[in-house]
Order: sequence, then C-alpha cells, then structure tokens
Amino acid sequence: MARSKQTSFDRRDFLKTAVAGGAASLVAGNASAAALPPGPPRGLAPVMCRAAEVEDPSDAEVLTTERPGSDFMVDVIKSLGIAYVAANPGSSFRGLHESVINYAGNHSPELITCCHEESSVGIAHGYAKIEGKPMAVFAHSTVGLQHAAMAIFNAYCDRVPVYIVLGNTIDATMRRPGVEWDHSVQDAAAMVRDYIKWDDLPISLPHFAESAVRAYKIAMTPPTMPVLLVADGELQERPVPADAELRIPKLTLAAPPQGDSAAVAEAARLLVAAESPVIVADRAARTPAGLAYLVELAELLQAPVVDQAGRMNFPTRHPLNHSGHGRIIISIADVILGLELTDFWGTVHSYRDQLTRSSQSLLDRSTKLISITANDLYIKGNYQDFQRYPEVDLAIAADAEATLPSLIDAVKRALTADRKQMLEQRGKLLARSHQDLSEETRTEATYAWDASPISTARLSAELWGQIKDKDWSLVSPVAPGMSNWPLRLWAFDKHYQFIGGPGGYGVGYGAPAAVGAALANQRHGRFSVNIQCDGDLMYAPGVLWTAAHHRIPLLNIMHNNRAYHQEVMHLQRMGNRHNRGVDRAHLGTTIDHPNIDFAKLAQGMGLRAEGPISDPKELGPAIGRAISAVERGEPALVDVVTQPR
Amino acid sequence: MFPGSEHSWRNQLRGFWLRGLPRMVPAIILVMLPWMASPARAVAQDVDSIPKADGPVHRDPQNGKRLYDRCGCYQCHGGQGQGSILTGPRIGPNPTGFSGFVRYIRQPGGEMPPYTSKIVSDAELTDIYAFLQSLPPPQSAKKIPLLISEPRAEKK
Repeated sequence: MARSKQTSFDRRDFLKTAVAGGAASLVAGNASAAALPPGPPRGLAPVMCRAAEVEDPSDAEVLTTERPGSDFMVDVIKSLGIAYVAANPGSSFRGLHESVINYAGNHSPELITCCHEESSVGIAHGYAKIEGKPMAVFAHSTVGLQHAAMAIFNAYCDRVPVYIVLGNTIDATMRRPGVEWDHSVQDAAAMVRDYIKWDDLPISLPHFAESAVRAYKIAMTPPTMPVLLVADGELQERPVPADAELRIPKLTLAAPPQGDSAAVAEAARLLVAAESPVIVADRAARTPAGLAYLVELAELLQAPVVDQAGRMNFPTRHPLNHSGHGRIIISIADVILGLELTDFWGTVHSYRDQLTRSSQSLLDRSTKLISITANDLYIKGNYQDFQRYPEVDLAIAADAEATLPSLIDAVKRALTADRKQMLEQRGKLLARSHQDLSEETRTEATYAWDASPISTARLSAELWGQIKDKDWSLVSPVAPGMSNWPLRLWAFDKHYQFIGGPGGYGVGYGAPAAVGAALANQRHGRFSVNIQCDGDLMYAPGVLWTAAHHRIPLLNIMHNNRAYHQEVMHLQRMGNRHNRGVDRAHLGTTIDHPNIDFAKLAQGMGLRAEGPISDPKELGPAIGRAISAVERGEPALVDVVTQPR
Repeated sequence: MFPGSEHSWRNQLRGFWLRGLPRMVPAIILVMLPWMASPARAVAQDVDSIPKADGPVHRDPQNGKRLYDRCGCYQCHGGQGQGSILTGPRIGPNPTGFSGFVRYIRQPGGEMPPYTSKIVSDAELTDIYAFLQSLPPPQSAKKIPLLISEPRAEKK
C-alpha cells in the first residue's frame, strides 16, 4: 500500500513538471510519438567551424530541454522504492546519471560511486541480502557490462535480485563517431543473458515504464535473480514529447509459490513418522520470517538442523543446530528434508578427488529425501550451477520459506500425543549432543591458539569478544577461508547477522558485498563486520574508497594468508598426483614477495587502518582501536596475517 | 583422530534411534578413512618401505618442522597441525600411530594428495612425525577467557 501511494505521488509529480518541461520540446507529436521521442532536426548536425562559432545561432535550433526522458526513467526507478544506485560513471547513461543527481536530488535513489562495475554489482548483491530488495546498478554499455559480468553471475547463482540498468545507443545514426561505436552493442543483454532472469530493450518511455516495473516484479519473485533493462541513450536524452501520455504501471509483487497441499501433507507424514529425521537448509530463509518458521518446524519435530549457511537459516546455539557434524547426522537419517539446497546430491554423497574421481552415497537405500526448492521452477542449461541430479522421493517445486507455514500446520495435524512425548525424548538427547559439540569446538579452538601467523579460530574468538554486545552483522562468508569458525563460536540468532556466501564462488565478491551489506545495515544502526580475504580484496580494492567516500561504517578484518590458498592446495594435489612434489606450488598461487601492505592500501583509500599484525597478543587491542573508528561512522581495516585456513 | 568420533552423544542416540547404529557404520568409516591404516588398502608402490614398528619415533623435530612446511602439510593441516574442519583433520600434538601415519600419507583413503617416497622419504617422514610429537599440548579452553562458554542465547 505504501508503495502504491509512493507511485501515484511520483506519477503526479512527474506529469506536473512534464507539462512545464514539454514547452521546450521541438516536436508536438501525437500519442504515438512517445514511442519514438523526437530527435534534433536532421539538418542541424554539429559543425565545428569558425562560422558556427561567431555567427548568431539560428532561432530555430533548440539546444536545451528541461524534461529529458531520463527524468521519467528516474521517476519510474523511484516508484519502485529503490534507495541506491551503484555506478562507475559512463557516457552511455549520462542522461540517467544527471537526472539522478539533479532532478531527483541524489536521493532515493542516491548514487554510490564505484571504481569498477564488478564492485557496483557486488555492492548491490550484499545490499539485497540484508535489505531483502534490490538496489540498482547503472552500467556502461559494452565495457561496463563486461566488467560487471562475473558479479552478476555470482548474484544469479546466489538467487539474489539485482536491478541493472544498462546504457547503450541503439540507433547507429545517432552515435558519436569513435568511442561511442565501441561502446554500443546490438543485443547488449546477450553478454549476460545466460545468468540473469529477464531483460528487455525498451524503445519508448511507456515501454521503459512497463518493462521496469515488470523487471522488478520478476527479480523479486522466488527464485529471485538479477534482471537487466537497457536504457537507450537517445531515449534518455531526448525531450519528453509534450503530449506524451506517460504513466507508471502499478507494481504488485507476486506471492511466492507455495507447495502443493497433498505433497506438503505427505512430507509432514514422512517427517512425523521418521525415527531420525534431519532438516538441511541452504538458501531457505529469505527473510527473518523464514528463520522463525524453521525454528518452529525443528522444535515441533525435535529434529536436528544442518545449516549449510547459504542464508542465516537457524540460530547457531539452538540445541537442535547440528551443523557441526552435519555429515554424520545426515548419514544416519531416515528422512531428510532439504530446503532450498544448492546441491542435494552433494549433501548426501561423499566425493573423492584422486586420480580416478569417485563418489559414494552416505545414505541407506531406504532413506527418504524430500526437497522443497524454487530452483525446480527455473533452470537454464548452459551454466552448470544446478549441480548433479538429486534422486529425491518427494520433490516440491515451491519456495521453501513460503511453504513452511503450511508444512508446520500439516505436522501439527499429524502429531499425536504419544508421538510428541517420544519426540521430546529425542530433543533432550539432541540438546546434550549439541552441548557436547559446543565444548568440543571450544577445545579445537585452543590448538594453535598462540600461533603466528594467527589461527583463524583465534581471530574469530578475538573478534567475537569485542562485538558480541553490539547489534552486529557479519557481512562476509566464513568458508572456506575461515574454516567456519565464526559460525562455530559466535551466537548467531538474527537473520541479518549473516549473509551467506558468494553464490558462484567468483573471487572478488567479498569486499563489495560487505560494503553493500554495510550500506544497508547503516540505516538500521547495526555494526557491520567483514572478515576479508586478501586475494578477494585485490580484485577491486577501490571499493574501500567507495566505503570511505560514502562514510559507510564497516569493520574490515583481513584474513591475510598471503595466497590464493585454495589454488595452492590444488597445485599441491596436482604436483603430488604427477609425482613431482609441492616445492613449486607457490608459483602463481601465493601473494608475497613483496607482501601487500593492506594497511597502507586502505589508508590510501581514506580508511583508518593498521597492521600487518601477526602476534596474536596484539590483535585484540588493534580490533578495539578499529571498532572505535567504526563507531565514529567510518570504515576501518586491520590487516591480520593468518594461518591458511 | 577425528575429533568426537567416539563421542557419547552418538551412543545415546544410537539407543534411541533404532536404526542408528547400522547407519552410522558407513559414516564413521568415511570419516575415519584418513586414519584407518588398513593393510588391505596399502598396496601401492611404497608399501615395502612402510615402517612396521609403531613405537615412538625420535628424530629431528626442527628438521621436521622445515619439512612440514616444505611438503605443504601446513596448507591443509595448519602450521601447528591444528587442522581445519574443511581441509584436513588435526594431526598434532599426539599424532596417530607412526605406521598408520606413514601408510596414510603413502596411500590416502580419503581426499589427501598421496606422497610417494620420491616426494618425501621415510626418513623425512620420521622427522615430520617428530615435529608433530614435539608440539606442546594446548591449554584448556576453560583457562582461555575468550573461549569460556557463555550462557546460550535465548531462542528467537
């Protein structure tokens, strides 16, 4: 309702000013003229000569407009409730850029200046994971979208909505000679069409409005994904026709798809009857409600939950959280409920990467597998992020979070008093084993406690000690680099406290996603923490400047193992497999000689920074100093030299 | 040894989950593979060079540390053998028996890359083993303020 009011207000505002601005238009067309906004008279192409500079200009030539098409485009974007637009400046969207900063007053959307389009999309990726809705990205035609492509792929694999508006000039006769031809493309979206959900190339302002609203709706319908809209340069820059009948269509988001009622009832029957059911969740909790539903379901069933941490699905210290020994729990299950699993097959198989690759099921043949995922509603063929085919017994093609309420109701109906009593006993045992696991984890953390470089367990514990009493949010992945230590040691219980991983494992996601998530957290007054891998930051470190420039509070703690360590291990594997040893595995995989001074790098971008710190005794005080800076409202960085994993 | 592999909770669950034990067997085998030095598995080219004795080995732990780094053991198991839940188990201090240690390195049953004697000799392995043996035991988690158990957060 609020959005509807906002839309109508903006529409009125636009139409009111369009009347005034329309007087400057050259051509008074009919209603269909809006389909192709008028261009300059063809005979008035610019001629750079002395006569043109000294003679009186022709009265007939209109050189200004106060109502460019881009103003209306910004009204449309505003109507969608988009608060920010991330962009590295590019001439193909100069009209839109100017409309945002002047016509819209650089507010809703506010421009976030980025140094690379990969950062722009990464910021939008992280923002959406906290805020639950997309922010916009303006990207520059050919080269900008090419830069953005990897980050778009990550968001696609991670099922995260990103709203991309791409500048481009379609009409070849309107392109400036030279660079603009290099920066124009016939079918721009083709570059990324394999890993976005929808795209369009509107050829009129009404078309833009309709497609823009449609794109938002599509992006927000589970499975949520990036969408792309091409904003033609001429459409942006030409005046709005005086009599153009422009309106912004009403946005009504689609209710997420729920599971078939008979299938949900069957799932409930299997779960209630199971002796050792396990719930596995990956990208299940899209919103805080999803987390609450999952807690309710697990408690009803007294079933252990294995959180694969694609989202913040389940409180880490809940007695039914058994993620720490997920493989064993899964292997002894008789019913497994998979909620939005990225890889159900991989969840129930072990895999061995030796000279001959092999796999083995973890399960007894009688184990029943139930899947609820919106991924069954949308799949593409080229990119293989859909993983191996899982042989499940009950596949419910639906959004898991939207289906959980009906599943909970069905479980309640199926539970008898006797069964409840039995489940309570199971719950007590699970609570004890959770407690045992917690103590085991603390003991594991003591190994290499005083090591230098600093252990990832020590780093996690030092950090937790200083943020646990704040309203904190961890805005970075914890695997594989951090060996999951934060999830094992910290008390996560709110949806915004964790944002999952990159989706497509494209390195370079971490830093911009952290900045985007911190941007979203800023409005809520939360304390954002980013455990930042060194290799990831070096892809596009300019995002640190973006954080400083926009004064986005963010505590960056470097997990600086001075290597692309996953690749070090791969090279070790190949060297040994080929019987040549690992002596040279560092070539092409390590980031040393010279060591990167991340404190200086960050200081150069305007951050409060210190390090490198390799003595664990110095870590706590350094974190404390950085926290003080973040609490003053600025980003800070501590460079910590760490163990590899 | 895989931490928690003999933990009491599983025994309790076994009693409650009627089908638990038979199902646990393959899981435990999978998890324990890295440290199950089954003679039947050790049939590769280095089988003859595997030491038969399983007694304490005292060689040169300092050279062992150098070899541990050079051979890339730290890459998955950490600089002090502390391990990682995602890349390789804890292997020190108190490493598993020496024969199993060597057998697994030569012919790993799990994910670990194999090390033939061309890559690391038996003598070098004894030094690496000595290094792992020489690692000091950690202090108790109960004596580390940052690891002292906090009251469980209330459920949301």
